[in-house]
Amino acid sequence: MDLQTLWFAAVALLWTGFLLLEGFDFGVAALLPVLGRRPADRHLMLRTIGPLWDGNEVWLITAVGAVFAAFPGWYATWLPALYLPFVLVLFGLIVRAVAFEWRHSHSTDAWDTTWTRVITGGSLVAAAGIGAALGATTLGLPLGEGGTRVGGAFSGLGWPALLGAVAVLAFSVVHGAVFLSLKTDGPVRVAARRFALRWAPGAALPLLAWAGLVHLRYGTPVTGALWLAAALAVLVAWARLRVGREGQAFAAWGAMLAAAATTIFGAAYPVVAPSTIDSAFDVTVADASVSDYTLTVMTWAAAVGLPVVLGYQAWTYWVFRTRLTAEPQHGEPAGTHA
Amino acid sequence: MDVLDIARWQFGITTVYHFLMVPLTIGLGLLVAVMHTMWVRTDKPEWLRMTRFWGRIYLINFVLGVATGLVQEFQFGLAWSEYSRFVGDVFGSLLALEALLAFFLESTFLGLWIFGWGRIPKKLHLAALWAAVVGSIVSAYFIIAANSWMQHPVGVEVDDATGRPVQVDFLAVLSNNTALAAFTHAIVAALMVAGALLVGIGLWHLRRRKLAEQPETDVDHRVWRRSVRLGGWVSLAAFVLVALTGDWQGKLMYAQQPLKMSSAEALCETEAPAPFSVFAWGKLGSNECDDVHSITVPGLVSFLAHGDFSSAVPGVNELQEEYAAVYGETYPDDPSRFGALAGEEIDYTPLLAVSYWSFRLMIGMGAVSAGIAAYALWATRKGRVPTSRIGVYGALLAVAAPFVANATGWIFTEMGRQPFVVYPNPDVPVGEQTWFFTAQAVSPGVTAAEVWTSLSLLTLVYGALAVVELWLITRFVRRGVFTGDGAPTPGTPTEGAPESREDTDDDVLSFAY
Repeated sequence: MDLQTLWFAAVALLWTGFLLLEGFDFGVAALLPVLGRRPADRHLMLRTIGPLWDGNEVWLITAVGAVFAAFPGWYATWLPALYLPFVLVLFGLIVRAVAFEWRHSHSTDAWDTTWTRVITGGSLVAAAGIGAALGATTLGLPLGEGGTRVGGAFSGLGWPALLGAVAVLAFSVVHGAVFLSLKTDGPVRVAARRFALRWAPGAALPLLAWAGLVHLRYGTPVTGALWLAAALAVLVAWARLRVGREGQAFAAWGAMLAAAATTIFGAAYPVVAPSTIDSAFDVTVADASVSDYTLTVMTWAAAVGLPVVLGYQAWTYWVFRTRLTAEPQHGEPAGTHA
Repeated sequence: MDVLDIARWQFGITTVYHFLMVPLTIGLGLLVAVMHTMWVRTDKPEWLRMTRFWGRIYLINFVLGVATGLVQEFQFGLAWSEYSRFVGDVFGSLLALEALLAFFLESTFLGLWIFGWGRIPKKLHLAALWAAVVGSIVSAYFIIAANSWMQHPVGVEVDDATGRPVQVDFLAVLSNNTALAAFTHAIVAALMVAGALLVGIGLWHLRRRKLAEQPETDVDHRVWRRSVRLGGWVSLAAFVLVALTGDWQGKLMYAQQPLKMSSAEALCETEAPAPFSVFAWGKLGSNECDDVHSITVPGLVSFLAHGDFSSAVPGVNELQEEYAAVYGETYPDDPSRFGALAGEEIDYTPLLAVSYWSFRLMIGMGAVSAGIAAYALWATRKGRVPTSRIGVYGALLAVAAPFVANATGWIFTEMGRQPFVVYPNPDVPVGEQTWFFTAQAVSPGVTAAEVWTSLSLLTLVYGALAVVELWLITRFVRRGVFTGDGAPTPGTPTEGAPESREDTDDDVLSFAY
């Protein structure tokens, strides 16, 4: 495998990791008004993601950084083509981050309610915007010569962007619900499981449709098999949830995302930004890549750095592994159900 | 305004705003880690209370830094896509390495520190904070290496087919002398920000407690006293280092970007020895150097540039002609690449008024900050508590001084390298140099309306965030170390629990979130 392919795979891995991790904190945030009507439940929900959301978000920064680092031609085509959607993503992420911090810095109910809503709203906007961006860069952008967008500010927002937005939102909401059923105990756990059971099959459809479309356009038998695996994982997740095995359901739902994302990126390769105007304007891995020297440097850095990062991030997940209940617990983590 | 001007305003506003949080994160993070270390080593309650109080401010600030830092990584692509294509072989990898090697460390271990009180062993908990602080410093190194490469491109060759720089020596990029000087300068400047904060808030609390006749023997008194003493000494030491690293950086800049430095002096004609301008008047704003007159210190600029009091320092007028002869009198007449500036004359002199006054504000505000630190140390000598209203409120107001110094320092650095976004490296023969004009760096397909939209949206959001942030911090600072009934006994797990009702109404974990 040459370095460009390796880095395309690394970028795909980073985006998948981002969706898997930030997906559940987006989802928990989105479910606050649905499953967190009582303040105690809301606080419990927020505590499940409190120590984790910021670390999860670094996956986004790293994914975008890796796109810039390995494929500046992709970065410089994709971001300006979807200028306003990306600005909205930033807006959502900014207000959400400060809301996490500020929500509890003042003691009135109105204050708490306002910032809780900001967390939900910001997360929804960010999830939809990122989904739109990923949908567009795998299914089509209105690109002319040199990768420059043709048409006005909204020309990038066609059906591919819409499908991507819906797919990421729907995946995240159910992902968040399964996560809550795994991480909490009491009424929130029950309600989250019920929610996930009800919505999981439907919520997987847009993502499967997106993966299926990319596969039909460019795919190979391997991506076809991956697509089937993703579809199968939905059934497994649903069945495991039904019998109350939340950990296995979470793993299966995550595997569904991983398989679908691998289908999408695997089928799209080597195209990183397909043009809806003319396939001659498609941006490919080879057009967009940096030199082999720079890729070699980054490969070494990632080979050393990435395992370390994965190690300590996994360790913090382990430290915060306890199931949470509405009654705050002091001291060391007690028994684990995770 | 065309896309170029709007995009420049957007970059300036968002970056200066972001850099209000950055030095405080770096400087205060280091000092809180020291406080926490002292608590673990001595078990004295004042160090714990200091860790909790200053740690909280550190975190409130950190979150806004993270939130506004996101914009940075995206806007190179959003508004400056041609720049991103041009520098992609060098610049992007530094950003990616920053994320991989620094941001993960910072955010993961900070989460562990925040939520780890009483949950993980004491020393491991301390190590988590140090890991986060190291992450911030590593991050500063990578982003400054990226910026310094734009100021002084090293380690690259020009690709004949594309005309773009191609990286050939990554270690040269990392060990760029411009980066080493700028990094050390930025880190010690960050310590000045943190020192001033400790001094200003500490003095205010000391005075308030004294006027309220609160005892000078309790833990809280020691908290504020130690804060002032620590902050004062850190500020003074950092000021000395700021001056030394600044001098180093200045000497590099006289060699690498002489126009930046001569503009900072409004030095129109080449002079030997060259004087330092203390105060200038005349039409700085006209960018016509000859309209400017100033009060000068003879020979000082020769010393700043070359280390002696007699060498010649080239003037703006001469340099302008030199640059025009090498890099062109006018921009190429190609509106698709140079927009409204296509075919226009190139002004190689940065805006004189901005260069001149930002340079002086940077130095002046740094000196003000050091003066206040010296005053605070003197006023609190041998257990004294100052009650002077002017002194204490002056120190509180002067918390802003090192922030202004940091911001104007960067404004000087960035606006001083115009009209280039990637400055030609004079150490390299002209035929092998790489350079890029700011005018050709913007995204070609993006409309003025889009950039206006994002500029307005981000400015409004940032403004609103600043209001809430300042209000929250002020409230928190006024409240002091403990306001709840019954301060927790130091060293017990409850000490790790939040101090006020507003924290506890959530959950025990909400030290920060």
